[in-house]
Amino acid sequence: MASEKKGWLSALRRSYVWKSVFRHEYEDTARNRALQISSNVFLHLHPTKVRRHALRLRFTWCMGGVTFLLFLVLVVTGVILMFYYRPTGEYAYHDMKYLEFDVPFGMILRNMHRWTAHAMVITVWLHMFRVFMTGSYKPPRQFNWVVGVGLLVLTMLLSFTGYLLPWDQLSMWAVTVGTNMGSATPLAGHEGPFAELLGVDARSDVRALFTGGRLIGPATLLRFYVLHCVFIPIVASVLMIVHFWRVRKDGGISGPL
Amino acid sequence: MAPPSSPETPAPRGARRKRPWPDQVHAWPYLVRLEMLVATAVMALLTVWSIAVDAPLEEPANPTKTPNPSKAPWYFLGLQELLVYFDPWFAGVVLPGMIIVGLMVIPYLDVNPKGNGYYCFRDRRFAVSTFLFGFLGLWISAILVGTFARGPGWNLYAPGQYWDAHKVVAITSRDLPPLIGVSDPVAGMIVGAVVVFGFLFGIPWLFWRLRRDKSPGLRQLGAVRYAVTAFFFMSMLGVVVKIGLRLGFDVKYVLATPWLNL
Ligand code: HEM
Repeated sequence: MASEKKGWLSALRRSYVWKSVFRHEYEDTARNRALQISSNVFLHLHPTKVRRHALRLRFTWCMGGVTFLLFLVLVVTGVILMFYYRPTGEYAYHDMKYLEFDVPFGMILRNMHRWTAHAMVITVWLHMFRVFMTGSYKPPRQFNWVVGVGLLVLTMLLSFTGYLLPWDQLSMWAVTVGTNMGSATPLAGHEGPFAELLGVDARSDVRALFTGGRLIGPATLLRFYVLHCVFIPIVASVLMIVHFWRVRKDGGISGPL
Repeated sequence: MAPPSSPETPAPRGARRKRPWPDQVHAWPYLVRLEMLVATAVMALLTVWSIAVDAPLEEPANPTKTPNPSKAPWYFLGLQELLVYFDPWFAGVVLPGMIIVGLMVIPYLDVNPKGNGYYCFRDRRFAVSTFLFGFLGLWISAILVGTFARGPGWNLYAPGQYWDAHKVVAITSRDLPPLIGVSDPVAGMIVGAVVVFGFLFGIPWLFWRLRRDKSPGLRQLGAVRYAVTAFFFMSMLGVVVKIGLRLGFDVKYVLATPWLNL
């Protein structure tokens, strides 16, 4: 019995306070294995039992899970970066230099945020690829695929809005190229087909909605910053909650019927 | 400690099941420990990567100094690459929109019950080949071309080749109608519209008329799903055809009108 074990760790685990936090015993029984999962709010994302093939890396490539891990890494590194970065035309670029030369571990922090963002775009594509190849969008998981496509778009938008924030030549012109396409939107972009029907111009079309003016400038920087740090992460988090919940409700990971 | 082995008898087939799967194992420890291992490996990789390679930082943003070439972030380079072949309203707005909507409707178009939950090509040849072609053959390839083979003026350069910013490339392309002898602009518009709409809707319609009675797969799909599938499929194929027309025959637009060109 676990309660007969000696040593300070066992004593701690038997203590009144510990038991008020962790409500399961440690003996390797089926009941305790189930409780380890179901009595922990984080682990409770999992079902207590999974089908055997779901463990095989060859089946899922673990890509959904890795994508989620990368998202968490981005949240943590991103929040720390927010302590050092000011989204204004005067300061943004200087704060990049400040991170590089003055902030302890600032460069590693920035590197990790950037490379993880690139990696997340890749893993989300690989995840979609895997889900397609295993036909996992078929009943009953049709809707979770749709949620997934939403997450795919949001992941790329997160990456894109973050691309502008260093406020260097690379970011400014990449975002110029990207947002210029918006001005070609039919009806709603000032250079798009049928723009004269709505009468939009360079200051009032859909592109200007995101760039805050005719050119990529400080107004754009602020808009992208808010989209990048607040709006899109919240929407993506909500969709992820729905996504994970649906994986559970649709019977766990797909598999041969 | 290895997970308990799977039972000898395979699970019975059936859409909905009341009892749990016979081949289940506990998430704790088998799944959680695997996730822990993968997470540790990924974190180690990220740490090494972040120590070894610095994120780029160029000169401060300068609206008066346009770099040549100006490239979008790599994951959008597939779309920027298509700007060579299409006007921005299509390559930058309508096509991405169609890709997103097209991906979202896949589960509602693919009614083939086979291949659900396992890797398999034989039972879903059309679905898998179409997806592979779109993802690898178009999306990823275009990104590779845009990333590694485009230089100043968005001209083609071999990777490593000297970027000559003054390279002159003659633009000789013409619209399709004059090329096939229709020089009157109004007649050209009609010809162009017939080609585009014939390709997008006429060919699928003909195919449906000819094959419907002979193909159980088509009948199972039904007219509406077939129409939507055909529309997205022909649009994807149309992108390839247009690229081919440009590269092979120097065709600028198939359909040229005062309002929009395709
Ligand atoms: C931020 C992006 C995403 C995250 C964090 C995420 C996370 C996950 C996780 C953890 C799973 C469990 C199985 C696994 O790891 O493979 C999963 C399953 C699934 N995902 Fe995603 N996903 C994302 C994007 C997508 C995308 C882009 C699609 C498709 C377009 C998608 C469709 C699905 C489907 C259909 C399943 C069920 C698969 C099955 O049962 O085999 N997800 N997702």
